Amino acid sequence: MMIRDPFQEGVARGWKVVDAARLDSDREDSADVVIVGSGAGGGIAAEILSRSGLRVIVVEEGPLRSSRDFRMREAEAYPALYQESAARKTADKGINILQGRCVGGSTTVNWTSSFRTPPATLDFWQRQFGLADYTAEALLPWFEMVERRLSISPWLVSPNANNEILRTGAARLGIATQAMRRNVNGCWNLGYCGTGCPSNAKQSMLVTTLPAALELGATVYYGLRAERLAMTGDTVTGLECVAMDAAGIRPRTQRVRLRARHFVLAGGAIGSPALLLRSGAPDPSAQLGRRTFLHPTLVSAALMEAAVDGYSGTPQSLYSDHFLDNLPIDGPLGYKLEAPPLHPVLFATTLQGFGEGHAALMKQFSHAHALLALLRDGFNVASRGGQVRLRDDGTPLLDYPLDDVIWDGARRALLSMAEIQFAAGARKVYAVHEQCSGWDSWAAAKEGIARLPLRPLALRLVSAHVMGGCAMGGDAVRSVVDGRGRHHQLGNLTVADGSLFPTSIGANPQQSVYGIVARNISALAQSLSGRPAAALA
Amino acid sequence: MFTRRQFIKTGIGGGLLLTAAALLHKPLDRIGKQALVAANPLDPSLRSVVRAIAPVILLGAFPATDPARAAALERITRGVALAVAALGASAQKEVAELFALLAFAPTRILVAGVSADWDQAGVADIETFLRRWQDSPMDLLKTGYQALHDLVLGAWYADSDSWPAIGYPGPPVLQ
Repeated sequence: MMIRDPFQEGVARGWKVVDAARLDSDREDSADVVIVGSGAGGGIAAEILSRSGLRVIVVEEGPLRSSRDFRMREAEAYPALYQESAARKTADKGINILQGRCVGGSTTVNWTSSFRTPPATLDFWQRQFGLADYTAEALLPWFEMVERRLSISPWLVSPNANNEILRTGAARLGIATQAMRRNVNGCWNLGYCGTGCPSNAKQSMLVTTLPAALELGATVYYGLRAERLAMTGDTVTGLECVAMDAAGIRPRTQRVRLRARHFVLAGGAIGSPALLLRSGAPDPSAQLGRRTFLHPTLVSAALMEAAVDGYSGTPQSLYSDHFLDNLPIDGPLGYKLEAPPLHPVLFATTLQGFGEGHAALMKQFSHAHALLALLRDGFNVASRGGQVRLRDDGTPLLDYPLDDVIWDGARRALLSMAEIQFAAGARKVYAVHEQCSGWDSWAAAKEGIARLPLRPLALRLVSAHVMGGCAMGGDAVRSVVDGRGRHHQLGNLTVADGSLFPTSIGANPQQSVYGIVARNISALAQSLSGRPAAALA
Repeated sequence: MFTRRQFIKTGIGGGLLLTAAALLHKPLDRIGKQALVAANPLDPSLRSVVRAIAPVILLGAFPATDPARAAALERITRGVALAVAALGASAQKEVAELFALLAFAPTRILVAGVSADWDQAGVADIETFLRRWQDSPMDLLKTGYQALHDLVLGAWYADSDSWPAIGYPGPPVLQ
């Protein structure tokens, strides 16, 4: 059976999709709205604005890849689809960040886990950030709209062994796990969401909102870096872009100047603040690029008696909120427990050590299991997150200091994961730490983890969730944009991505971006068109 | 745990090392730029360093005898170069500097503590160097170790030739 590639079929039908790497001269273009970024926020914005009768241009820095290119190989996927080849790091290199950079953004490569914004998070925003209409009730219709649009529903297929171990171990300790909700339609349960869905089952922006917008006449430029906003007074007058080289790493000389009535920033929580910083946008609150959150994530690997084959089957089908729900949200950091897919490059590079020890573990790859603990940062008063700065060449760098509030959560999280893994029958458990050579029992792990020196570059942390940096708030003195994402100073600029969030989410953030952006951009569509906004398909 | 005295000693030693490295920065910078950069599998600094270090990082997985070993050396050199070429511009520059620092004899001896040329260095010498950097009190050296770790292991296991040994069948074939 031949798998269709609906994106390429659309291009063949005449969609306006422009590869900037092939431009041989400068060009100018204009629309009602220019959207920077084609991920979760940019995709939702593009469809709503297009359906509302507005002319839209979407600018994407990364390349266009679609199902015919998705061969489920890490060697191809990381360089093509991820920021900095999946090796993006915080300033001290203490955290490795997995973030998409391609048409569809992170939605093209995420593991499909979908959560409405937790009510406890929304309550905190209402109390602390003057976001009075961020109630679960007010957002419900928007979450339901994106659930319909993106086929988000509970995943009822049997979990793979890697996820089942989480359920088994947790159950033996009296810890509840729940089934994941996923944005898939006709999923083949292959296990390769992270390298781009080869069957178009994942309802990413690449197969949903972007095709809808293109069908309505929108234009997508890819391989084009949004360099700086031109501003006159409190108005954005244009967006200066530069074409990237074919590898997508260095800018070329060809420039594209875009004009529009309104500009929407959806370049992600590192990219959006960086664009405003490069542009010298007004920042009287001094909050631009600050309070960037990552759900700093700990990894605990284990060896099991039976084969796990963690590369096969839905990557994330179960989770536990036990260590979030039973802690005060602003107390010591709680954590969400999930399982990651295990693929050779991701596993081999995450695992500490080298030589015989590393090789011996790799030889048991099919028996390897891993858990993740995602720390809920940004609620405790001492958890202030990171700051986006600019390198000399204008590219962004996130400085995320690792301090005691993180280490405290990290140690508890490592203990919880090891206890669950041994309860599920693990032969050996490894914290991903340079000085850890594994433990044979829960008693040994308990003692070993208590004594592990927790420092940057010793304990390896990862993140796949970047949030904050253009925080919304009711008070312009303490925030960058208002509750609808409208910039407090620049009248025709709206932020529409994860950089809006004033704290982390405490759950995988894609659906929070979808739902909140759907509400905010519908308000924008109405104000620009003078008519009620059209709903998502 | 470090005692205060050890800490002071390390601090001074580390300071001297960094001063020496700073004095050599200009020539290193020139080498790094000249070679522009480690992204080329024929780049001499990348070649000499990877061919020596990769078999040690991959000990237990790397073929011990020719012709398999010779072929594996070519594969890993090419693989690391490809991995470097895919990094962001700023990370590429840092990695080029790292390979330049390791390939340049005075800094190889001073900073890596490897006295023999890379093609003469023994497995034990290279292991000692890697462990010293892995546990170094200096972040710069720790990040250097981690870059080598990630580049070599990432390149090796990205290659389908390395999959049978770990029991990974590869991605499913879609009909």
